[in-house]
Amino acid sequence: MELTGTCITERDGMIVIKLDNGYNIGVDPSACRWLERPEAAAPRLAEVLQDPALPGIAIISTGGTIASRIDYRTGAVTSQFNADDILRAIPRLAAIAHYRTHQVCNILSENMNPSIWQELAHGVYDAIKNGAEGVIVTHGTDTMAYSAAAISFMLDTPVPVIFVGSQRSADRPSSDNVMNALSSAAAATSPLGEVAVVMHGSPSDDWCAIHRAVRVRKMHTSRRDAFQSMGMPPIGRVGYPDLDVSLDMEARLRRTGEPLLQDRIEERCALLQFYPGMPPSLPDAFDGCRGLVIAGTGLGHVSTTWTPVLRGMIEDGATVVMTSQCMHGRVCDRVYDTGRDLLKIGVVEGEDMLPEVALVKLMWVLGQTRDQEEAAAMMRADLRGEIRRCSAHGL
Amino acid sequence: MDYDMDYEALGLKAGIEIHQQLDTREKLFCKCPTLLRDFDEHTGEFQRYLRATESEMGEIDRAAQEEMWQMRRFRYYTYDTTCLVENDDEPPAPMNREALDAALTVAKMLGMTPIRQVHMMRKLVIDGSNTSGFQRTALIAINGQVMEGCRIDTLCLEEEAAQRAGDSAFSLDRLGIPLVEITTAPCMHTPAEVQQAAEHIGMILRSTRSVKRGLGTIRQDVNISIRGGARVEIKGVQELNLIAEVVRREVIRQQHLLTIRDELNTRNASVDETVHDVTSLFSGTGSAILKRAPAVLAVRLRGYGGLVGREIQPRRRLGSEYADYARKCGVGGIFHTDELPAYGITADEVRSLFEHLQADDGDCIVIIAAGREKAECAARQVISRAAYALEGVPEETRRMLEDGSTAYMRPLPGAARMYPETDVLPVIIDTEHWESLVVPELLSGKAEQFADRLGLDPSLARQVAFSERLMIFECAVDAGVKPNLAARTLLGTLTELRRDGVQVENIADDALLQVMLAAEGGRVAKEALPELLRVVATGVPVEDAVSQTATAVTTDDLRAMVRHVLEDRADFIRGRGMAALGAIMGVIMKEVRGSVDGEVVSSVLREEMRSFLEEEKP
Repeated sequence: MELTGTCITERDGMIVIKLDNGYNIGVDPSACRWLERPEAAAPRLAEVLQDPALPGIAIISTGGTIASRIDYRTGAVTSQFNADDILRAIPRLAAIAHYRTHQVCNILSENMNPSIWQELAHGVYDAIKNGAEGVIVTHGTDTMAYSAAAISFMLDTPVPVIFVGSQRSADRPSSDNVMNALSSAAAATSPLGEVAVVMHGSPSDDWCAIHRAVRVRKMHTSRRDAFQSMGMPPIGRVGYPDLDVSLDMEARLRRTGEPLLQDRIEERCALLQFYPGMPPSLPDAFDGCRGLVIAGTGLGHVSTTWTPVLRGMIEDGATVVMTSQCMHGRVCDRVYDTGRDLLKIGVVEGEDMLPEVALVKLMWVLGQTRDQEEAAAMMRADLRGEIRRCSAHGL
Repeated sequence: MDYDMDYEALGLKAGIEIHQQLDTREKLFCKCPTLLRDFDEHTGEFQRYLRATESEMGEIDRAAQEEMWQMRRFRYYTYDTTCLVENDDEPPAPMNREALDAALTVAKMLGMTPIRQVHMMRKLVIDGSNTSGFQRTALIAINGQVMEGCRIDTLCLEEEAAQRAGDSAFSLDRLGIPLVEITTAPCMHTPAEVQQAAEHIGMILRSTRSVKRGLGTIRQDVNISIRGGARVEIKGVQELNLIAEVVRREVIRQQHLLTIRDELNTRNASVDETVHDVTSLFSGTGSAILKRAPAVLAVRLRGYGGLVGREIQPRRRLGSEYADYARKCGVGGIFHTDELPAYGITADEVRSLFEHLQADDGDCIVIIAAGREKAECAARQVISRAAYALEGVPEETRRMLEDGSTAYMRPLPGAARMYPETDVLPVIIDTEHWESLVVPELLSGKAEQFADRLGLDPSLARQVAFSERLMIFECAVDAGVKPNLAARTLLGTLTELRRDGVQVENIADDALLQVMLAAEGGRVAKEALPELLRVVATGVPVEDAVSQTATAVTTDDLRAMVRHVLEDRADFIRGRGMAALGAIMGVIMKEVRGSVDGEVVSSVLREEMRSFLEEEKP
């Protein structure tokens, strides 16, 4: 019995063959005979047509599932498209704006790191300097909230900078990438003037939420509406398919003026989630860190056994910030003795900041000042909307 | 229509694809039960849009492309028995091994060769029936054989699609139920052969006892072509006895299309590619549809006069095909002049239409009334389908209508609709596992065995073997119930009770077995079985039901009762003698209300009557 098909790849000792009926099968290499090796045909790419009369938007891509495709080497989905491919895949984008595209990197978001945040901040800054009326950053969703927060602190922007991704890969007909990308373009051309994340607002394809970058969190591993504003409602929404943008009173609006880039950061910072019985040797291992954010229990506590270790770190010049693993609500270390002890040794209350936002902020703050007092004051101050003056009702 | 056709001379080639749901505990890619629900039990709803994506080779499937012409919003019903995987809001779990083994077992029964490493694929389907926009499917085995000389090309393991619950609504309970798809080569040459092959494969599937039973759990697609015609795939034939009819009607359709082609060519017919705007022509029309429509467009088919209205299948005309194509653009239908004047369109209007398009009597004009964009799209569809009439039969996927005729559904999909399912790891089928799979005995073999060894009447034996209650039948016989009693109870009594509205599906197999054993052991009369089962179906435990129905009539009681009845009717018996037995029997059976076996009553009655008549003798 002989079958013919196209060899697609060799993986894990098996040859993967696409049969003429479209099915792939894996067979032992010894069972295969090569018939011919056809020239790889160059893909025909449609030209990307743009209307210069529309607002100018920059698309900066970092990779991620908004633009990903199967990798035959591993059989898994990886990000491979550049921004041009995004326009090709989503033609309706061309009716909203005209785009310049720039690729900062092409990575899955779990491989993101602070030095790429800096490159990204530069890319966004340059785009705005060059006249972009809005910027879209395509990003993998896993660490998108971290990057968005980082850009928030590093760049004071007069125009919208919209982070967007997709939870379900772009190679599926049901992908959320089309609606998210169109909504991000609508938000990027709207009166908004801050860094935001635009993603599905519900499991349906009916609206996208515009989240403030420093208040948003990925709250579900796979759902389309995984991103949620924490402690506040979204700052706006984009209807679908009409793409009407409505902004909340809280949203910072578009301004004239130049962007301000302050991209220095201190990478020697860490985030630690406390758990019952966590030995004091663990924070000890962060000796040498200039900053430490703790996601403490409840109102912001760690075991009393930690006090000496933390005191030592602070005396060595590090800034230690307390947040809560509750995710909702504000830290208060004045209620119980353990908390008061923490305040006495100089731990900074992180108010209602999300732990990971506090980490990114601490990196940035320590990039701006080496003075412990000043750093503490900046950590307590609301700089980009990351701290709410009043706590919201409910969860 | 003439069904006595020489199919060989026509060059009929047909193959079938059988889709059979598997009766696994969990779905193919999640842990949800394979349970069908009522639509009104749904607990949630969401809505999505789908769009065509490229295959990994960079092509877009033509069938998917056609679905894309309309941006359609689909609504989905969720249940407390479905999860985020059905919602396409969570990656699939690893492939269900119970389902894979069931599929492999079928492959083994068909003498197929398993695939060394199975790769799950995504088959693009964007009609809304899959939340993801694709159906997951994997080729499991190839190259088998069924009956004499008919090759099985492939066996695939797939996930079932969602059930349509309304115009654009789908119900997610069915989505993800494992399904085997068996595809034969186009090796059948008559409608009867196609039906036989479908029946035979169905029997093999049921022999595994791991498939679901009942309406909708097995569906057949039929591939048909005749010489000079084209391959047409007819989807979703649910009733086996319609298969042959579907094949016959498709042969007729293709023949008619070929005849029409020849006639068109003789007439030198052609299709005018111009789409005429005739909206103003119908500004004063009495036709509500035309009056309401923002745009009325017309297409002139030169030399098509009379042929568009010609019947090509029972209740289907060539024009019906054009209408199917036009509906792809979202229009409700079309008018053509072969059927006019009618529908409120007057002869005068038709005349001025012909004048306007400079058409003559030999022509046919198609009218489309809709929003401008939809109407233009539909006009292009009509032009392309009408032009194809000059070539013959288009390759298509069609769907079966109720009576066995078919309607256009979409173009035949190509290999470009397949894309690897990157979220599911490939599975190796090793030789050891393949060899360890036990091939079950065929139901046809069981039937012979029941006739030979158990002495059942051959047709009853076949009925038992092919029934859903085969398993409980075998248990009962093993436990000592007489085969005839078991067969009659399981096939006859239960069916009658169901027809009577008794919820027999509430009776557990174990309860059925207890009931039959009670009858076999004489604790209840066989006549009492219907009544007993009726009680058990309401949820009463078997033991309680037995004591309720069988108000223990002892032989002495029975004798006394019989005596009493005889004395009451002494004159009647004296007059008739033993001939009165039948009538008296009826009276007594009514009295004991089935709690005593008829044979027992009969023998007691016989004895007592004899002695009664003896005593009465002078």
